[in-house]
Amino acid sequence: MNLNLTLIGQAIAFAVFVWFCMKYVWPPVMQALQERQKKIADGLDAASRATRDLELAQEKAEETLRESKEQAQQILEQANKRANQIVEEARDNARAEGERIIAGARSEIDQEINRAKEELRAQVSLLAVAGAERILESSIDEAKHRELVDKLAAEL
Amino acid sequence: MAGNNMTSTEYIQHHLQNMTFGLHPENGWSMAHSAADAKAMGFWAIHVDTMLWSIGLGVLFLYLFRLVAKRASTGVPTGLQNFVEMMVEFVDGSVRETFHGKSRLIAPLSLTIFCWIFLMNIMDLVPVDFLPMLAQKVGAWFGADPAHVYFKVVPTTDVNATLGMSLSVFALIIFYSIRSKGLSGFIAELTLHPFNTPNKLAQILLIPVNFLLEIVTLLAKPVSLALRLFGNLYAGELIFILIAMVGLWQLPLHFPWAVFHILIITLQAFIFMMLTIVYLSMATEEQH
Repeated sequence: MNLNLTLIGQAIAFAVFVWFCMKYVWPPVMQALQERQKKIADGLDAASRATRDLELAQEKAEETLRESKEQAQQILEQANKRANQIVEEARDNARAEGERIIAGARSEIDQEINRAKEELRAQVSLLAVAGAERILESSIDEAKHRELVDKLAAEL
Repeated sequence: MAGNNMTSTEYIQHHLQNMTFGLHPENGWSMAHSAADAKAMGFWAIHVDTMLWSIGLGVLFLYLFRLVAKRASTGVPTGLQNFVEMMVEFVDGSVRETFHGKSRLIAPLSLTIFCWIFLMNIMDLVPVDFLPMLAQKVGAWFGADPAHVYFKVVPTTDVNATLGMSLSVFALIIFYSIRSKGLSGFIAELTLHPFNTPNKLAQILLIPVNFLLEIVTLLAKPVSLALRLFGNLYAGELIFILIAMVGLWQLPLHFPWAVFHILIITLQAFIFMMLTIVYLSMATEEQH
């Protein structure tokens, strides 16, 4: 139990150890610990942010899906309407065309009838003249009686 | 037992004597060959074994921690880094709980105290004859008389080691007191407490009384710090030595005492650290 120089030696050794620990051991370990703490905190933050993002994305996806469904419905309706319209138009056109053709045909028939009547009239007048010639057996001034016969033919 | 021709008293005394190198009044600078020699050297002597073991263990502690500190990563810690970080966080937590000031010194100081004292204490668990006998063999190799080779492996059973540390702590206590309160504040703390009166004359009369009480309180801190650690470990070591003399290969008694001693080893290191923190926090805090 003698007190001696060991006391001072120990104090010096102690001081050196503490100095070394303070300078070279404590700061890097502490820094690593704090950095890891920060990293973990950041990681947790990021995780919760990601969860929130995921929720938002899901919501958005649902909304988009709903919108596109509505749009598809609309397009389908429009297409149906358009198809009906086209069918309707086609029908109208066909009807109009038919009527036009009928009208054309009718007018042609009328013309034909008229023409036949004209021809008939002309021949009837000739026949009448020839008949009259034969009956009368005499020459009749064709030019003189033409007017009379034409008037007769027109009354047919 | 070391040497069959020794009595129990001689054996115990042999185990409790440090390897001393110093200035002998007759032989000059030399190794002490006996307890009387060591006593004759007085203050101008050094305990070679204490210094060797304490510095060796201190270097071991710093080497291990420095190893981790150098490649400390922020990733998943493994092995030694885990252990070091656990120690650092434990000490950091203790310091934060107790010491409310700001100081870059306190936490590393506490870590050093805890780990170093723990390592020095744990040498107690090495069976008491192993290393001294080894030292005697080595001593004989160098031509020394084996009976005169003393070797104590537990530095904390040397009062010089514990007192060396506690006096360093004491110096820090005074330094922190003066830094946070000023020299006048420190003197006022020593002289104006615990008895304090508004009456100037009475106060002057009370100063010596206060000073006496406060100086005892102040000086009791390093002394109790050193003697508590020394006493515990010295007693533990003494019991290990006694156990070494009974039983077959120390078998029935050594194990339970060693198991119990693990508690003491850790506890004493922790107490030394905690009291250091408490004293320093008292030194920096405002007057009570």
